[in-house]
Amino acid sequence: MSVNVADSPFPTEQGTDEPNPESYLDAGYGLRSWLTTHDHKRIAILYALAITFFFFAGGLAAALMRLELISPNGSLMSAEAYNKTFTFHGVVMVWFFLIPSIPATLGNFLLPLMIGARDVAFPRLNLFSWYLYITGGLFTIACLLFGGVDTGWTFYTPFSTMFSNSNVMLTVVGVFIVGFSSILTGLNFIVTIHAMRAHGMTWFRLPLFVWSMYGVSLVMVLATPVLAMTLALIGLERLLGVGIFDPALGGDPLLFQHFFWFYSHPAVYIMILPAMGVASELITAAVRRRIFGYSFMVYSILGIAVIGFLVWGHHMFVSGQSMYASIVFSILSFIVAVPSAIKVFNWTATLYKGDITFGAPMLYALGFVGLFMLGGLTGLFLAATALDVNLTDTYFVVAHFHYIMVGGSVMAYLGGIHFWWPKITGRLYSEAWARFAAIVMFFGFNLTFFPQYLLGYEGMPRRYHVYPPQFQVLNVLSSAGATILAVSYLLPLAYLLWSLRYGPRAGANPWRAKGLEWQTSSPPPVHNFDQTPTVTEGPYLYDESP
Amino acid sequence: MSSLPQASSFAGQVDYLFDAMLALSAVVVIGVFAAILWFAVKYRHGSRADRSRSSRRTLGIELAWTLIPLFLFVGIFAWSISLFAYMSRPPIETVPVYVVAKQWMWKVQHPGGQREINTLHLALGQPTRLVMTSQDVIHSFYVPAFRVKQDVLPGRYTQLWFNATRAGTYNLFCAEFCGTDHARMGGLVIVMQPKDYANWLEAHAGTDLAAQGAALFRRLGCSGCHDPQSGVHAPDLYDLYGSTVPLSDGTQVRADERYLHDSIMLPNKEIAAGYAPVMPSYQGRIGEDDVLALIAYLKSRHAAGSP
Repeated sequence: MSVNVADSPFPTEQGTDEPNPESYLDAGYGLRSWLTTHDHKRIAILYALAITFFFFAGGLAAALMRLELISPNGSLMSAEAYNKTFTFHGVVMVWFFLIPSIPATLGNFLLPLMIGARDVAFPRLNLFSWYLYITGGLFTIACLLFGGVDTGWTFYTPFSTMFSNSNVMLTVVGVFIVGFSSILTGLNFIVTIHAMRAHGMTWFRLPLFVWSMYGVSLVMVLATPVLAMTLALIGLERLLGVGIFDPALGGDPLLFQHFFWFYSHPAVYIMILPAMGVASELITAAVRRRIFGYSFMVYSILGIAVIGFLVWGHHMFVSGQSMYASIVFSILSFIVAVPSAIKVFNWTATLYKGDITFGAPMLYALGFVGLFMLGGLTGLFLAATALDVNLTDTYFVVAHFHYIMVGGSVMAYLGGIHFWWPKITGRLYSEAWARFAAIVMFFGFNLTFFPQYLLGYEGMPRRYHVYPPQFQVLNVLSSAGATILAVSYLLPLAYLLWSLRYGPRAGANPWRAKGLEWQTSSPPPVHNFDQTPTVTEGPYLYDESP
Repeated sequence: MSSLPQASSFAGQVDYLFDAMLALSAVVVIGVFAAILWFAVKYRHGSRADRSRSSRRTLGIELAWTLIPLFLFVGIFAWSISLFAYMSRPPIETVPVYVVAKQWMWKVQHPGGQREINTLHLALGQPTRLVMTSQDVIHSFYVPAFRVKQDVLPGRYTQLWFNATRAGTYNLFCAEFCGTDHARMGGLVIVMQPKDYANWLEAHAGTDLAAQGAALFRRLGCSGCHDPQSGVHAPDLYDLYGSTVPLSDGTQVRADERYLHDSIMLPNKEIAAGYAPVMPSYQGRIGEDDVLALIAYLKSRHAAGSP
């Protein structure tokens, strides 16, 4: 990699040392100015702070689990403590980190900028969504303080309704509330994209990140109410003894699984679609090349969003669901993999005849593509019913979804944070540290989770704090990887915070990137653009620039 | 591919499919990684590669990498489904072994009355059919060496079958999270030579299941109403299993294990036409293993003179 500083587009220091007086960051410094803001950019920062807190809280739980699993005998924690730890990890990471991660932070910040709008359609609703998120988060923390919950993030009935003696209701209420934050954010984004595009910003000139926000918003608005309803039914059965899921009361426990996965499978796409959008922006900017197959990329986002609603039963191949239902869910699960395959091939093809630099955002994006591909391919094994019988509820599944959600979504989220950091904060971070962290993260991730594929294939069930000794070697490898991974997550926290104070000021467009967000100053003014932009061409026209 | 033994007739076929998919995935991963690396080196910033744009349309390429994966997926799907359908259809003629799961143990009941906890003895080379239910929450019966797994639900019977092909002792796990001691809800599956198995059965023989059920039928007072001589107007339950029962709401139901189970535990759920809903529920009064014994008895309850 020859990165010549003189002609490298990465990163160029072009700003003066003077702060930008119109910047949204300088619109007020008091706590009150933040907590009552209607500015989508400030709300994005509020979300970023909150999800960072939850990410490290959930990560701490993961670290405790990996520590426990070094020994096969469960020497560190009691069974109950371990069960509560993985439940906390799952609930926090899914609902309080992954689902809001890219949409609520990067989406909130960038969506109006990318379409040339002054703000989202409903700024007050946007702030209200954040308060809902925080309220839900407080319930979850309260649950932890009162002793935790031990149902797993999946709340399977009748265990969760009639058998668990832990704080199920506090958690359920917390997740119920945070669900409305998703619904309102989705609604806000859909209306914003429909109604607030700048003049000339036609649908097929939208950056793929905006398309991914559109797809994810549709899923949020349509799927999340089913989660709310399901959680409410848990409450009815648990508190009032209304027989819905417990067969002893005349209910059906599989009904719960259908309801739950009807939301929670699309929720996987809530986590991965935004990551795909981010990757498309990062790769094109680093390759200086138009995205390969723009329209196929758009249709594959929509295809994933739609077909993603029809595959929930692949979580239930051994549940007692009818064999014929399993057959239908299996073929649909294979079909939903096609658009994902198209995207991987198109990102690869985008590199062809490019002019590629390997800054930190690109390294994160390439890491995303590789890990997402490994996660996606192993998803096919789980879609194949005859293999899923053996693999489901083992560490193979754990490895699979961590490749998608952590390898995929978190890598892309951090890539996006690095790419837009100069825009958001007006500062440049240390490029060397950032590249180092991205590389360490890639290897740490693989060392943590690849052994888990092998563990699952060897038959180790998930949610075990004690296990037969033949599984120990792979578990120790995984825990060793987790320490590396933990360091690689702490590194960006350190150098990004450092850059806030000591980083050189970034100009409006340090990457020489296309996209309307780069046409305004960094950090952008409160009103985003001094003049409403007019769009005359499609996205990613890097090829035409010198 | 794995150190896990292939101990059932499914295992080899499942592993074959797994290895085929692994090979296919390896081709894709190596292909894409090689392309990324090659482009990354060749088109790195500052290299002298030819970057002239060709005007060829991309539709053909897009269609190729849409349709080729689609056809491959459909092929894998068909392969997987044919195996899955075979695995999902237990041989009905095989006399079942009953499994009752509860927090946190596996209770096994053989047709000859042999009972065991957290172990399952079975014969090599003969199909084994398990009929399973849970007394509390959802569990899952998982034997990795056989490549089989089936959730075990409360209020429902699920089935699992396999043909053990290798003598030995194998891990049994609960694969569905079921509460505090989920990780300790394991056991052993012991595959024996048929001769040894016959000896084991003989050494552990108990009262056979139907006879246990007959004793329960009297002890729990069932016969007080369901006996033909009884003064209470109740069905006599002769030759009930497998028959079609008209219900008071005008529908009909086939008297299978599920119906018999629910009629004992949730008697008001489906009321036979012509009878008052006076039967008390046995929910919470008897365990699922007793229900299995009662069902075994009801299957054997024939009116005098009928076959």
